[in-house]
Amino acid sequence: MLRLEKLVKTYKTGDQALKAVDIDIPEGQVLALIGPSGAGKSTLIRCINRLVEPTSGKVYLGDVELTELSSGALRRERRRMGMIFQEYALVERLTVMENVLSGRLGYVGFWRSFLRRFPQSDVDEAFRLLDRVGLAHMADKRADELSGGQRQRVGICRALIQDPALLLVDEPTASLDPKTSRQIMRLICELCKERGLAAIINIHDVALAQMFVQRVIGLRFGAVEFDGPPEGLTPDVLTTIYGEEDWEATIEKVDDDDAMAAE
Amino acid sequence: MPVREANNLKIWQRRSGRESLFHWVLWLIGIAIFAYCWQQISKSTTWFFVWDAPRIANDIWTRATPPKWEYITQLGKPIWDTLNIATLGTIIAVILAVPVAFLAAQNTTPSRFFIRPIALLIIVSTRSINSLIWALLLIAIIGPGVFAGVIAIAIRSIGFCAKLLYEAIEEIDQTQVEAITATGASRWQIMAYGIVPQIMPAFAGISVFRWDINIRESTVLGLVGAGGIGLQLSSSLNVLAWPQVSLILLVILAAVVISEWVSAKVRGAII
Repeated sequence: MLRLEKLVKTYKTGDQALKAVDIDIPEGQVLALIGPSGAGKSTLIRCINRLVEPTSGKVYLGDVELTELSSGALRRERRRMGMIFQEYALVERLTVMENVLSGRLGYVGFWRSFLRRFPQSDVDEAFRLLDRVGLAHMADKRADELSGGQRQRVGICRALIQDPALLLVDEPTASLDPKTSRQIMRLICELCKERGLAAIINIHDVALAQMFVQRVIGLRFGAVEFDGPPEGLTPDVLTTIYGEEDWEATIEKVDDDDAMAAE
Repeated sequence: MPVREANNLKIWQRRSGRESLFHWVLWLIGIAIFAYCWQQISKSTTWFFVWDAPRIANDIWTRATPPKWEYITQLGKPIWDTLNIATLGTIIAVILAVPVAFLAAQNTTPSRFFIRPIALLIIVSTRSINSLIWALLLIAIIGPGVFAGVIAIAIRSIGFCAKLLYEAIEEIDQTQVEAITATGASRWQIMAYGIVPQIMPAFAGISVFRWDINIRESTVLGLVGAGGIGLQLSSSLNVLAWPQVSLILLVILAAVVISEWVSAKVRGAII
């Protein structure tokens, strides 16, 4: 469904963020991308929807090759890729509803969006999604009045209303508390399953990743060091990705389901 | 090296010996320059007039008080003109400043090497010339009157508004723009959803602030014949009608106080 071929990104400063990365993601697979800060995780997902222009290599979304597209065609393809951000990236001074509807910008014309006259079907879908994430009563609140977890739910709605085939998720839990982090991760994974979406989730928290995803890719210095099921993350593997450290405690947490049951 | 050791104690000082000596020398040079300048100014001043000043001031004060209150009936129209000059001038300036600001901001300009310098040139050139001088030029071109005043205020304000606005545009949170871009929004949609909401408070604040400044600037435009209350001020000064002058100054003061109050209220409501 998504295929990266020899994807390279070299920044103007000469830093090589990605070194010929090959990844193939089948339909409906949720994948966690782990790795130390600066390993190129954010760059990788931004190269897919070309918020960052890759230096060379190819990205296929279905049959469409993304790196060659003109700006108009790129905009149409971006509609199929929902993105969720670390600091939520909601437009703070707009209402929750406007933020959710902004996910439809790729589908409606400028004046309709400028005058906030979105098609009724879009508004219906927005209400349905807000209800699904438990924020139906918040539709009229301004985004900066919400808590972190609530904002990230709005961010999820904004990505899903695009009706995407793929979710690009950049550190969704990095600024959330542990409990909210789990809830958000669970919500993302549930929604992916409901809608059959593929997803790439950048995540720092190895234990959290192991809890929810089917496949993990470990990135180090812009190259894939590990690709396999979450059970394959042994202390040795984590050492190759992150460097020397005592990993037993991190991995043990995977079996720790009491905390989740207590929620 | 501000840290040195003595008697097993680490003594920390803000400056080392050499640095503090350097500072003293700098101060000494500064004081010497000041003294020299004072001497030069003193030499070219006619001190007789300065010693005379309190007496003259007192003389004008007694002539100017009490203000000629009945003159107020003739000031209604001029002060209304003044308010109109300021308000219309500000509205025109703000409308023209928006596109200039978007062209000048690093993150929204279509071309950093060609269009941005032009926008910056517009900002600098309109800002660098005082509105009184713009008024003088415009009176020569379009003749005396309120219209020349409006245009003078508008031109003078474009640069000011555009400069503050483009700084606000450059300071926006780029991740919000990224998020809107990622939805597949067009260039104009990114502007309407990603950028405009973020600069709205700055935009409103700048407009009201400039309007407040323009009320003060437009009171003097009449001095050169560009309409408003300044016209009355200059004719009263010319015939040494001091009671009228004092009344005009009081009216200007009232207008400025009211405009400051309004702008403070509006800005408070937005931010």
